[in-house]
Amino acid sequence: MQVGKEKLLWMYEKMVQIRYYEETMASVYMEGKLPPAIQKGLAFDIGAGIVPGEMHLAAGQEPVAVGICAHLSDEDTVVGTHRPHHFAIAKGVPLNPMTAEIFGKVTGLGKGKGGHMHLFDNAHKFSCSGIVGASMPIACGAALAAKKLGKNWVSIAFFGEGAANQGAFHESLNLAALWKLPVIFVCEDNHWAISVPKSKSTSVEWVADRAAGYGIPGIKVLENDAILVFEAVAPAISRARHGEGPSLIEIKTDRYFGHFQGDPETYRPKDEVTGLRKNDPIAILAKMLRDKKFMTSDEESGVVLKMHQLVDKAFDFARKSDYPSANDALQDVFVNGQKNTRALV
Amino acid sequence: MKSFRILTVAQAISEGIAQEMTRDSNVFVMGEDIGAYGGIFGATGGLLDKFGKDRIIDTPISETAFIGAATGAAVAGFRPIVELMFVDFFGVCMDQIYNHLAKNTYMSGGHVKLPVVLTTAIGGGYNDAAQHSQCLYGIFAHVPGIKVVVPSNAYDAKGLMIQAIRDDNPVIFMYHKGIMGLPWMAYFEGSSNAVPEDSYVIPFGKANVVKEGSDLTIVSISQMIQKAVLAANELAGQSIHAEVLDLRTLVPMDTDAILKSVRKTGRLLIADEDYLGFGLSGEISALIAENLDTVSLKAPIKRLAVPNVPIPYSRPLEQFVIPQVANIVLAAQELMLKKIPLLADL
Repeated sequence: MQVGKEKLLWMYEKMVQIRYYEETMASVYMEGKLPPAIQKGLAFDIGAGIVPGEMHLAAGQEPVAVGICAHLSDEDTVVGTHRPHHFAIAKGVPLNPMTAEIFGKVTGLGKGKGGHMHLFDNAHKFSCSGIVGASMPIACGAALAAKKLGKNWVSIAFFGEGAANQGAFHESLNLAALWKLPVIFVCEDNHWAISVPKSKSTSVEWVADRAAGYGIPGIKVLENDAILVFEAVAPAISRARHGEGPSLIEIKTDRYFGHFQGDPETYRPKDEVTGLRKNDPIAILAKMLRDKKFMTSDEESGVVLKMHQLVDKAFDFARKSDYPSANDALQDVFVNGQKNTRALV
Repeated sequence: MKSFRILTVAQAISEGIAQEMTRDSNVFVMGEDIGAYGGIFGATGGLLDKFGKDRIIDTPISETAFIGAATGAAVAGFRPIVELMFVDFFGVCMDQIYNHLAKNTYMSGGHVKLPVVLTTAIGGGYNDAAQHSQCLYGIFAHVPGIKVVVPSNAYDAKGLMIQAIRDDNPVIFMYHKGIMGLPWMAYFEGSSNAVPEDSYVIPFGKANVVKEGSDLTIVSISQMIQKAVLAANELAGQSIHAEVLDLRTLVPMDTDAILKSVRKTGRLLIADEDYLGFGLSGEISALIAENLDTVSLKAPIKRLAVPNVPIPYSRPLEQFVIPQVANIVLAAQELMLKKIPLLADL
């Protein structure tokens, strides 16, 4: 399937937006986390600053998110991982409430209760989880619902290569294959499950080869390239929309930051990321767009400026938003304002 | 003369494991990121260099498989230590734990011996939200067949770890992230303390009176002990003398120590970072209720715990649901003002 100009430009815009979002987050995240503002003796305090807690950033992994989501509409479901920002942005989750959620503000998607690993947007059928492998069963459920409703909606389960060794992976593939569910399992192989390389954790070189065990197509994308992802996944999406069942896609991609911000990354060769950044998929796509005369240099600058402004506005919105009041912590355990019994404080 | 150094909890745990691995070749460690990384929370720091990859084994993210494998290897005479990064992650492999590791000894009429130590990180306070901040020791203590160890400081952590490895039964060893002494997370400095270089054990089921007092008893475990001590110091300035009791292990639980202290003070405050409902604080309250024929309370029991909500992400929300030093001080002050009226006065 050839990608049209419009889709190419959409993918480029989204990738620029994602990259700038993650880089902005990397910088904002460090506010208040370094000496001398923190406990004496610490090099870094993960719980301090304006955005506390763990932070998993997806710079470098943009092609996976945009190459897949370019095929989707609001009716299709995406379930992401603990590293979810690129998926959320590509799926169309609005930046303001998403960023406010990551700041823990009351204007956030979950009123500050979820945080960056737990973003829920019903309107765009997006959710994610901090638990490895948890996306797959839930995506199966969305696909089951679409099937029961007689709709041609698909659902996407994103997961890392480390999650392919979870029971949830094998159970979900079997269930989806058996029931011919319209779900696409998308493995982001960024080579590192925190500190453990794929070669030391996985019995086969390709996760996609495991598709054979469940009688479904296994598709390999060998390069971190949005167009290759888009083209490779097209038959899987079509298969799902036509009621023919699930597929497994494996995409080689690159993680530019650590597993989490503050990760000393002692396990990874020091210059690895420098090398990876030489093949930056955003620069590659930009060059292709210019070469094909789909975009002039001026238009490129315009896109970059526009995307940066959107992101800056979202961070500004998040900063200026209020925190929830402490008592709000007791609400929302159940829906419709039902009382959380025994909520003594 | 024995030599002492100030160690962090992470260093103390790893030293305890190393000494047992040197003593007993049947001890080995499996888990995620425990090798080159040294454990995300440092509990296996330096072990790969000392013992090599055959005994310090990085696993795939396949918890059902490697925790189940620990049970199988234990049957064959090994003494596996298995780490699962966060207690919140046990959901994916709970069957191997609560239906097998915890029960096979009993179902075999005591013939199957399972000397397995599960290690895991617990606790919040650094805004890691609902799937990375729970304590959940109550769940493991609820299931018969697993001993539950929850240290509050480095000295205890080393002695309890060595005891855990030598125990012939399954033990879950739960360390709070906020006492580990990591260079990237704030921690309570009271948790790093003097630790002997030599090997030693702390027996299970022996609570530690961290601070003596006569006005009320504060029972707790883990990081909350460090908060309780700070609260007790503040209360002492107001002439309220709190006794702080560190249970160290939930299974077995030192019920004698709790009863002894409450008989002395007549007032009980339980400070807990686990959920309020159906957990540690309820268990201890029941213990007192069942012994009211020999315990004379001057005030109703007070419980501080997470008020039956998942741990929220946002800082003001998280600070609100997890008991803090100020909450302990306030609860103690209130307890001193409360009375138990005579039935005739009601």
